Amino acid sequence: MASRIAQALKGAALLDFGKAFGLSLKYIAKPKATVNYPFERSPRSPRFRGEHALRRYENGEERCIACKLCEAICPSQCIIIEAEPREDGSRRTTRYDIDMTKCIYCGLCQEACPVDAIVEGPNMEFTVETREELFYDKERLLANGERWEPIIAKNLEADARYR
Amino acid sequence: MPKAKVNGVEVEFEAGMSVLQVAELAGEEIPRFCYHERLSIPGNCRMCLVEVKPGPPKPQASCALPASDNQEIVTNSPMVKKAREGVMEFLLINHPLDCPICDQGGECDLQDQATGYGRDDSRYALNKRAVEEKQMGPTVKTIMTRCIHCTRCVRFMAEIAGQQEVGLLNRGEDAEISTYLETAVSSELSGNINDLCPVGALTHRPWAYNYRPWELKKVEGVDVHDALGSNVVFQVRGAEVMRVLPRINDAVNEEWLSDKSRYAIDGLMRRRLDRPYVRRGGKLQEATWAEAFEAVAAKLGDSSPDRVGVIAGDLQDAESMKAALDLFGGAGVPNLDCRQDGAQIGGGPREAHLFNTTVLGLEEADAILLVGTNPRLESPVLNTRIRKAWFLNNARVGLIGEAADLTYPVEHLGDTHRAFEEAAGWGHPFAEALRGARRPAIIVGGGALARRDGGALVRAAAGAAQAFDVVREGWNGWNVLHTAASRVGGLDMGFLPRGGGMGAKAMMGAAGQGGLDVLFLMGADELDTRAIGPDTFVIYMGTHGDAGASRADVILPGAAYTEKPGTWVNTEGRVQFASRAVFPKGEAREDWAILRALSERLGATLPYDSIGALREKLISDHPTFGQVDYVPTGRPLDLSQVGADGTPSDEPLRSPVTNFYMTNPIARASLTMADCSAVRVQAPVPMAAE
Repeated sequence: MASRIAQALKGAALLDFGKAFGLSLKYIAKPKATVNYPFERSPRSPRFRGEHALRRYENGEERCIACKLCEAICPSQCIIIEAEPREDGSRRTTRYDIDMTKCIYCGLCQEACPVDAIVEGPNMEFTVETREELFYDKERLLANGERWEPIIAKNLEADARYR
Repeated sequence: MPKAKVNGVEVEFEAGMSVLQVAELAGEEIPRFCYHERLSIPGNCRMCLVEVKPGPPKPQASCALPASDNQEIVTNSPMVKKAREGVMEFLLINHPLDCPICDQGGECDLQDQATGYGRDDSRYALNKRAVEEKQMGPTVKTIMTRCIHCTRCVRFMAEIAGQQEVGLLNRGEDAEISTYLETAVSSELSGNINDLCPVGALTHRPWAYNYRPWELKKVEGVDVHDALGSNVVFQVRGAEVMRVLPRINDAVNEEWLSDKSRYAIDGLMRRRLDRPYVRRGGKLQEATWAEAFEAVAAKLGDSSPDRVGVIAGDLQDAESMKAALDLFGGAGVPNLDCRQDGAQIGGGPREAHLFNTTVLGLEEADAILLVGTNPRLESPVLNTRIRKAWFLNNARVGLIGEAADLTYPVEHLGDTHRAFEEAAGWGHPFAEALRGARRPAIIVGGGALARRDGGALVRAAAGAAQAFDVVREGWNGWNVLHTAASRVGGLDMGFLPRGGGMGAKAMMGAAGQGGLDVLFLMGADELDTRAIGPDTFVIYMGTHGDAGASRADVILPGAAYTEKPGTWVNTEGRVQFASRAVFPKGEAREDWAILRALSERLGATLPYDSIGALREKLISDHPTFGQVDYVPTGRPLDLSQVGADGTPSDEPLRSPVTNFYMTNPIARASLTMADCSAVRVQAPVPMAAE
């Protein structure tokens, strides 16, 4: 009985309200933790593993040499590569598919790549309306590479001394 | 038996074994590059170093060192490891680190052994050596910078293939593997040097960059491109056989494979029949299975059995031939033949049409007479055995037929059957050798069999065989070298004309003059189908759009040899099973299943619903099919019953194979075989028709 009376008095004195209000006042003065996405972005590590891209050399030659190490190491087996000699006799892919719905973004493909051809870029905004659009082919991956090359190159450079 | 200690474990070994072999007996793995069990020992890679006591206090190359009694062999001491690491470092000095673009990656001896003996970095600061690529023809791709000069390719070409086309030029830094005049390697066995190469210097050109070894599923199979029945492994990715490699079977192909068996598989993806066709208004049109069966059943229902002919082709499995035999033979069709080339053999005792010496036994032969055959073209891997008999056993080889380079010395006795009579006379040097031989052998080939007077020629050869006593107690030297993988299976089950029925040649003749209403071709394409008259209804069951399909009125798409489980009997009479590697293309079905479905449509349902039941029926009807992978040696044979009466003509004996790379529909559809044919086969000299 006594405890119930104490509780009622506590409520009448608005003690809990006062505490919570005090907390709010405290955080008003502090800087915001949230950002106004998509107009603002939080910082991203150079090692961020986002959407895949196939890169080219500066002279326009595609880097990928169809060694299939990424295909071999991929734990979710979402990469499919087919290759044959190109007209000039060099080893190139004729097909480089990534099933982005299967991918777990572990980054092992870029770790395995001996020529830094397949990379996971900084992009994480590639939502689509149909599932089929997430079955990336070589054309799409190379286009990604062209679009994101400046940032990817900067990120690789930033991370180079730790590799 | 002498004993040696390997890392403290005592093992007994046969006198004459090398230290490397003794260590392997004890279960120790010795790294090696140049040493290969089937080639001579050069001892030039130095990777197999071990410590041997008693002996000098330095590492010894174990491959070239004979083991002796009470020897102590150490394979895991620090000294051995240091020595091997030194060798590896030298090998890697000039080896490019291009594993990611190298086709050997994943199955490379250097890659594997570098994980055990390689350094993690290089101490070599100078420029690496670069070597120009060599032109070695359509089957061998070269990146000679990768070469570590083990000389396995040189030794294979010189010792096994018998063509000294590859050699090591210069020395030290300038040493190079070369084809001397930059000509393509012309051997039919050239693909094997790609297998032998321990690094990526020689790789398979037709399959360049197409696959990685780790992504392939392996299925054991049997080769059908010649009658030897080489054991192979189909390596499959998805729905395609990416490559064919030899499977080791010392009794058949050791570990070699001919270029056709190996590289013709790209023909399996081209010109394929993947759905039924029916000819309507003179044109082949796509049809459903029901429509195709309807057309076949209507025609077969109208025809009397003795106006129906069935010819089985060269690549058929025993099961499909058995189903056809049960279906058509059961319906009373007398015109059945599995010898589309018209070979005059079969019907007698089984030994009369077999390679009785066996391929393994041929190594022991000390005098071999070839009659109407060119084994180098008809079965290149078998030819290596004859060469081995000459190489190891000093066997003398005589030839009656077209003179040819068989890669070993051959005494040419004549072109025609007259050579038998000449050789029978006293004083003929080869005849004396054959008469005095302990293990004489006669090999009769398609050049003698596949002729109108084939029976008489076989009788003449059998007469010679009797005169030279080639069939004796414990040794049977009578050999028939067939040219088709299906042939012995067909002969064993009696896929032959019955009760006065026509053989293949007679059927084709009759079809040309309207003597046949229906001609059923089971993958039979080596026929002049244009000569078939308009009144004959041609049903073609097969895999490729070739001679048979072009004339067919109904096409029933069948399965190629990689696409069905099947039994093949090789020229020795060895029964071998193959598994299915991939599924048939499109709407195509396994051949026996097509015949089973057709039998139901015809109202004479065959009594088996599965390949297992069919196999049981096959074995219960023909017990020889139950002896899997077993060939008894020294079977007796009454040679006087072999062959047929008649007088052989004076026409010269010629091998039936003129272009090794174009002998069947699969090979004809293959681009690689077309390349090989263009580079290696001289344009055929026009000949008058027979």
